[in-house]
Amino acid sequence: MFTQTLLTGLAIGGIYALMAVGYSLVFSILNFSNFAYGSIIMLGAYIGYYAMVRMGMPIGLAIAVSIVGSGLLCWLNERLAYAPLRKRKASSLFFMISAMGTSIFLENLVYATIGARFYNFPELFAKSNLEFRGISIGVLDVFAMVFSFVAIYGLNLFLQKSRTGIAIRAASYDIEVCSLNGVNIAALIGLVFGLAGALAGISGMFLGMKYIVYPTMGWITNKAYIAAVIGGLGSLPGAVVGGVLLGVLETFVSAYVSSVVRDVFSFSLLVLLLMVMPTGLFGRFLEEKV
Amino acid sequence: MTQYLSGILSLGLIYVIATVGLAVFTGFTGLFSLGHAAFFAIGAYTAAILTYFYGVNFYLALAAAGVMSGLVGFLIGYPTLKAKLRTDYFAIATLGFGEATRVLLENLSITQGARGLPGITNYTTLPVIIVIAALVIWVAWNFVHSRHGRAAIAIREDFVAAEMMGVNIFIGRLRSLIFSAACGGIAGGLFAHYFCFIQPSMFTAYMSTQLTAAVVAGGMGSISGPVMAALIFIGVPELLRVANIWRLVAYGLLLVLIMIFRPQGLLGYREISLSGIRDFFARFRKGARS
Repeated sequence: MFTQTLLTGLAIGGIYALMAVGYSLVFSILNFSNFAYGSIIMLGAYIGYYAMVRMGMPIGLAIAVSIVGSGLLCWLNERLAYAPLRKRKASSLFFMISAMGTSIFLENLVYATIGARFYNFPELFAKSNLEFRGISIGVLDVFAMVFSFVAIYGLNLFLQKSRTGIAIRAASYDIEVCSLNGVNIAALIGLVFGLAGALAGISGMFLGMKYIVYPTMGWITNKAYIAAVIGGLGSLPGAVVGGVLLGVLETFVSAYVSSVVRDVFSFSLLVLLLMVMPTGLFGRFLEEKV
Repeated sequence: MTQYLSGILSLGLIYVIATVGLAVFTGFTGLFSLGHAAFFAIGAYTAAILTYFYGVNFYLALAAAGVMSGLVGFLIGYPTLKAKLRTDYFAIATLGFGEATRVLLENLSITQGARGLPGITNYTTLPVIIVIAALVIWVAWNFVHSRHGRAAIAIREDFVAAEMMGVNIFIGRLRSLIFSAACGGIAGGLFAHYFCFIQPSMFTAYMSTQLTAAVVAGGMGSISGPVMAALIFIGVPELLRVANIWRLVAYGLLLVLIMIFRPQGLLGYREISLSGIRDFFARFRKGARS
């Protein structure tokens, strides 16, 4: 029972971590909460669904389409909703409102056009389980977990080793100085949003396959915000730790206490942690810049 | 037809009460509450349970609704504001609070869970709403034009400087939050006795969104602006019979467009007034342009 719960928790935690990393990546550069990210993930799931079910693509290709589609959407989101504010050097409050607006707009646009219907991915692995010493875990869970961690590792490699990755990390410390050193900030920010969108595509696909595809599925991504805050906004290792931690703890609460108190638990955990550690586990921003 | 119009006005004014509360908090302290529907829900349930199960006088029940929501506001605000959370962290904490409240309401026995409370007596009439709305606006007006209000504005504009001048940031923000929560609670109590039926799914994040949209569109730092915006937001779509879902699409788009083209909102920091107050606000106009 214990190992079983732990594995399930890790599988969910992997997806949470993936979403939290995408969210934290944007935060680390522009220093605001991109609340539109949940909607991008939701759209990623829809794109994946259309590619796979309506157009009959194989799963690998569908994931690729979803990654590219969400990446473009996220990039477009930045160009249309944030770039004008960035040019005006608006405060992060305005970015946040704009992000909220985008999220409400996208979510309800899907409602109004595609409708509130639930869509199911075909049962590729859902029914099959791996059995090992009495512990059973869904193949999808294993796949999602492995894929999530590989994606996060790949991103980490990119940020640590490549020239562009170094520029992104530099910009997350000080965007002005980075710009003075000849980095094209507008292109860099576009790239960061594209990357975050790509992660959104992957997590959207997995969320869609694990649960169902519907307009408010972006709600699950609130867990990613919570995970990112627990880990410390703007810190990528923090986002991973926060995501995995939240996934595992939640699964234990559902398994041993009750699934009803699960969401109340996540929230209380967040508030309690912030009271003790206002920056989260690995955060580096204590207070806002005035 | 008169009945139809009075219905729209009643609903509009109930929202005005809650919006004024949020305007005092978000507009004057710069902190975002994404879970304000929770205060509305707590007020609605408190008042409804009191009149429904215990036969308490309606006005006493309304007062109790305000007190209860204020108390919950205090319980939520004390730890989160004490920790001086960043705007983003606070917003996410309130988001979780809103959702956690709904889950609790769905699972308590006194609230009859997701089935809701049917058959609440219809005590809320248009004259009652008008009197209470006028009272709340009057109190809010005095609140923001008092020492406390000026302190709150100082906190929003530059909290470091405000703290240096001896403004207690924690008390200033907490006081505004409690006032705001109490307004939400009273609006909730009126709402419950107007529709005669409440259930947890009425108080979703969409309600919070609508309130926030009204405050932002009306102008952060204004009372009359959000009042007008709330009336427009309820009245216009209702009169035009726009499908509910397209309203939310429009709200989302509106928030983004306002942030891009007119971040200070409809009225900015100004109020509709005959004279006198203009000089007071002229000092802040410079801030509004940036």
